[in-house]
Amino acid sequence: MAARSSRPPVEILLVEDSPGDAELMVEALLESDLNVRVTGVEDGEEALRYLRRQGPYGDAPRPDLILLDLHLPRMNGHEVLSDVKQDDTLRFIPVVLLTAFDTDEAISEAYGRQANCCVRKPSDLDEFAEAVKQIETFWLRMARRPREY
Amino acid sequence: VAKLINRSKPVELLLVEDNAEDAELTIETLRGGSIRGLRGLRVHHVEDGEQAMAFLGREGRYADAPLPDLILLDLEMPRMNGLEVLAAVKEHPDWRRIPVVMMTSSDKEEDVLIAYGKHANCYVTKPVDMDKFIEAVRSIEEFWLSLVRLPAA
Repeated sequence: MAARSSRPPVEILLVEDSPGDAELMVEALLESDLNVRVTGVEDGEEALRYLRRQGPYGDAPRPDLILLDLHLPRMNGHEVLSDVKQDDTLRFIPVVLLTAFDTDEAISEAYGRQANCCVRKPSDLDEFAEAVKQIETFWLRMARRPREY
Repeated sequence: VAKLINRSKPVELLLVEDNAEDAELTIETLRGGSIRGLRGLRVHHVEDGEQAMAFLGREGRYADAPLPDLILLDLEMPRMNGLEVLAAVKEHPDWRRIPVVMMTSSDKEEDVLIAYGKHANCYVTKPVDMDKFIEAVRSIEEFWLSLVRLPAA
């Protein structure tokens, strides 16, 4: 445990405008025994400022994983996704797009914009928390993430 | 069950793997899975990158092949390697939306980076230990075929 805590935490960026959903997700993410740090931002423009280390985010760490709500004010998830995946320094970061009752077209578009995957938010709260934990476990324990870039 | 409502067709999975033992173990594990619910799963196996291209392009004996919903792609293969297949898939207008999970024994940091740079949807290192290998396949299955919403065919 000592060795683990001396390493930098795994950084997760959560882009979610609903305070209720964000709270539930942060709680679910922090239940893990991994050394995880979650940063929450509430809209797409804020997410890009964070990722590009602009304004108050000059020292922001590069996230290891981005959880991105499709439905956001100002700049929606599709637009944020395109900006991330077209940016030579950001495009390696896995982006999990969280969807609601979206059409097949919206999902296809997300994959076309190179979302790493899309997961529908279950309406049941326990199932939602479980889905978040599954996303975290898969991406942080099973998938390899790029480290040096 | 809600996520299965408009998805009555089976999931078509393309496994691109030249190692016969790895392929067999992957297929057995996928077929033994019980979490796919109502939709079912069909696994198509090809043995190298060129065959993968023929399958996707419905060439020759693959004339009736379905467009896969998910591709499990090995990296080190004869003739056309996994990164070349990945690039071809992600540059093709009709294939680029298909999620590609790299499943490979290469643990090289460089390969991971190149794969994500070419828009691999995910990169998983194949464990050498057989039990852990099965566990990895199950974990891919549980995530990609149960939790994830794949693009509609």
